[in-house]
Amino acid sequence: MSLGKEFTKGIFSENPLFRLTLGLCPSLAITTSVNNGIGMGVAFTGVLLASNIAISAMRKIIPDSIRIPSYIVIIATFVSMVEMLMHAYTPELFTSLGVFIPLIVVNCIILGRAEAFANKNGILPSIMDALGMGIGYTLALVVISAFREVLGAGTFMGYAVFSGSAPSALIMILPPGGFITLGCILAFLNKMQNVKVAKKAKLNQSIAQQQLSSN
Amino acid sequence: MQEMMIIIIGAILINNIVLSQFLGCCPFLGVSKKLSSAIGMGVAVTFVLTIASLITWLVQKFILVNLGIEYLQTIAFILVIASLVQFVEMVIRKKSPDLYKALGVYLPLITTNCAVLGVAIINIQKSYTFMQTLANSLGNALGFTLALILFAGIRERLEEADIPKSLQGMPIALITAALMSIAFLGFTGLL
Repeated sequence: MSLGKEFTKGIFSENPLFRLTLGLCPSLAITTSVNNGIGMGVAFTGVLLASNIAISAMRKIIPDSIRIPSYIVIIATFVSMVEMLMHAYTPELFTSLGVFIPLIVVNCIILGRAEAFANKNGILPSIMDALGMGIGYTLALVVISAFREVLGAGTFMGYAVFSGSAPSALIMILPPGGFITLGCILAFLNKMQNVKVAKKAKLNQSIAQQQLSSN
Repeated sequence: MQEMMIIIIGAILINNIVLSQFLGCCPFLGVSKKLSSAIGMGVAVTFVLTIASLITWLVQKFILVNLGIEYLQTIAFILVIASLVQFVEMVIRKKSPDLYKALGVYLPLITTNCAVLGVAIINIQKSYTFMQTLANSLGNALGFTLALILFAGIRERLEEADIPKSLQGMPIALITAALMSIAFLGFTGLL
């Protein structure tokens, strides 16, 4: 499998949030503004990259029977490091993300990638895998938070979008808005998928008919 | 006593852990297809979450603060929770095979349930006392169970409904959760 494919699969075909619906909690909780979404995405990508490299490098040393606890300790170490770095350099983001930074430890995507990919592959593919998954997750967070911030607060990354005083739908930045936004995006993606499948089936049918008539 | 009741009711209805704090969404959406499994998961979470919060509170107070190593909080807590879940699983298997049969499947899932670690950390952040920690974690756990059981009841009915193809499964579940969350917003003025 080529490195490029490892990279792009995390963004499109196996997007952790939109395709596999993993890592839901932060994607619903912190996506009230685009800045938070980007901050969470970057922190997440950093932890995933570091843990994938470490686990892939140590995959032959870690005994099989205690691999899950070992992965959790490795991941928790990197999460603590990211937490301290954010506390020191981006205190505003640190307070607005709050409890969800330490909770990166129990994000199922990171443990899932460790178990499904990093412990079977070399360092270079694991780096590509982590970058793809991380960027895919970050993009998904940005999409959700863009909808919520524009509709709920009338701003995008803090800048006003609508001129004048357009009424904003406060519900979008309240908790229900998170569920509604993600539900609608998933429904839209399903619809796209269904249309694509139907088109393909129709195409196959017409090819089959042509073959039949030519015979 | 009154203060503890306020914390418990606030945690169950006003700041519901799933519907307004978004902790524990994965089991909330994953284990809510059948009412019976929702009840099993709810009981297992209530049990583990309450014990884990109390133990992590003690660990923070008597080990981490005493030694001045609060920065190890995340690692220490996740290790405590993971080994506690293993321990609880072993004890239940030995002492009560019936209970183990009912809860066994859900126990390993709880380690990666962010509600457990989340509540443990929030208790420390809010600098609760031991009794307040007990009240808060019990309230949160009951709130989780309540939301999960209500949601599973709705989803069992949804199975028979005629839902557009693209909305089936996860999307309709999320929109249902949104409506429940709006309903829970109504409790805001309660206290």
